[in-house]
Amino acid sequence: MNEIGLTHILVISTSLFFIGVYGFLTRRNMITMLMAVELILNSVNINFVAFNKFLYPDKLDGVFFIIFNIAIAAAEAAVAIAIIINLYRSHKSIDISDADEMKY
Amino acid sequence: MNFDFFILMKSELSLLLIIFLLLFLKIWDGIKNPITLLHLTNVLLLINFLFGFILNSHGELFNGMFSTNSSLALEKNILNFGVLIISLQSFDWLKTHKHLLEYYVLLLSTLLGMFYMISSGNFLMFYLGLELASIPLAALVNFDLEKRKSSEAAMKMILSSAFASGVMLFGISILYGTTGSLTFSEMPGLITGRTLQLAALIFIFSGFAFKLSAVPFHFWTADVYEGAPVSVTSFLSVISKAAMVFVFISILMPLFVGNLHLFYIILLVTIVLTILIGNLFAIRQSNIKRFLAFSSIAQVGYVLLGLSAGNSMGVSASIYFLIVYLFSNLAAFGVISLVSVHSGKENIDDYKGFYKTNPVLSWAITIALFSLAGIPPTAGFFGKLFLVTAGASKGNFALIAFAALNMVVSLYYYLRIVKAIFVDVNEDPIPKLKGSLSLNLGLLLCFIGIVITGFTSGLYQYIAQAFNF
Repeated sequence: MNEIGLTHILVISTSLFFIGVYGFLTRRNMITMLMAVELILNSVNINFVAFNKFLYPDKLDGVFFIIFNIAIAAAEAAVAIAIIINLYRSHKSIDISDADEMKY
Repeated sequence: MNFDFFILMKSELSLLLIIFLLLFLKIWDGIKNPITLLHLTNVLLLINFLFGFILNSHGELFNGMFSTNSSLALEKNILNFGVLIISLQSFDWLKTHKHLLEYYVLLLSTLLGMFYMISSGNFLMFYLGLELASIPLAALVNFDLEKRKSSEAAMKMILSSAFASGVMLFGISILYGTTGSLTFSEMPGLITGRTLQLAALIFIFSGFAFKLSAVPFHFWTADVYEGAPVSVTSFLSVISKAAMVFVFISILMPLFVGNLHLFYIILLVTIVLTILIGNLFAIRQSNIKRFLAFSSIAQVGYVLLGLSAGNSMGVSASIYFLIVYLFSNLAAFGVISLVSVHSGKENIDDYKGFYKTNPVLSWAITIALFSLAGIPPTAGFFGKLFLVTAGASKGNFALIAFAALNMVVSLYYYLRIVKAIFVDVNEDPIPKLKGSLSLNLGLLLCFIGIVITGFTSGLYQYIAQAFNF
């Protein structure tokens, strides 16, 4: 029982996913919310690599997927931070409860 | 030398060519006159649209990563046409804007992403297309850089869209774990209905529902629509939604073939919530863009109702409805864009007495709203009729009755705007507006579309033939 198997890794990645979801829904700072999204994306990456290594060692689909995924996550973060910086210029805050001009 | 590559990917390549041309024009900085640039872009988009009709073939590229056929080419061309109308209608807004070429580069990149998403044969390709379609869109929402509402809307859009794609990706990763494949053509045989696969499908469906702004995932819609510039709002509400429905048809429906009953129940709940919440919230809106946001949420509910039939009739009814919706919604947004650019007014109350000063525009927006509400003989009536007929083929008449009753509710709030325009008196109505030739041309195209598709049946038969698989 000393070997680390697929289950261990899946437990980690699933908890990472739900920590990300929890963080996204509870944090009020935009940068922290962005970090929570990154946690979700990284849990997906762990999932892909683990499935690829343990279940389908002869395929490379999962590994290819995460290479693109990392690049896209970076692009997304870049645009999101640009938008947040622009928002900071007009609102002087990156707290999400200060950006509440539009409501129901 | 093999020309297959160029022929199969021609709609993407022609779009890419336009993007690079505009980018070079920006760097070169030779044409200073924005009017010339706008006309040039519109002509390029028109050529792109006409080019979409010829040289369509079917086949696969890159080991099945990219596939195309005549019905996908038709879907892409619908989007091309929508972008052409939006481009014509943004003329008045862009002619004084100093970043107009960036606007087009971002807009067309988004469209390119949608094309790859529609043609994808693999989850990797689909995800890349999806992100190419949503990241530049967030930048577009923020295009009025100095407006507070615009940046707030863009922030809401990028954060929630990143979250939604994260959730969808988690589903894809579980699906990969249980099937060992990411290719769509291999999927249906590998999905056996194991619990983990059902969880994965629900995750993926949530991502789709978010992008479609179906109800439990609609919270971003109204804020983003209100904050974005009007042209971007019309793009969001028509093109981006239509592209997502096309992908829904070609990707998500085949995935659920093994679990049709579960899929039907999920769709049922989504449809009921979407139509109900969309309608109820549309009643209480005072901003016209917010109002159209909720009305578009309700319309998506009807599209899903047609798709829930799960047969080729439902698919062709949805595509037909999307074309009608494109015409009607773009006509409404064309008028709103003109009013918003020239007077800055976006509230429903500001439209009181609009008929006194602008009779032609009043009729244009009225016909568009009638078509959205589904009053005969406008095209919207037939669009909804076909959708409901297709939905009825499942035999769930309670759902059909619910949808029909909600159409009556929707009539109330569409007529509220018509009443404000024609009946209500206003001390300070919107002054007489004169739009540019391009904008009027865009409105005219929408008007012809609404009337022609309402009076002739040729379009529906053409679509039914193209999607009879």
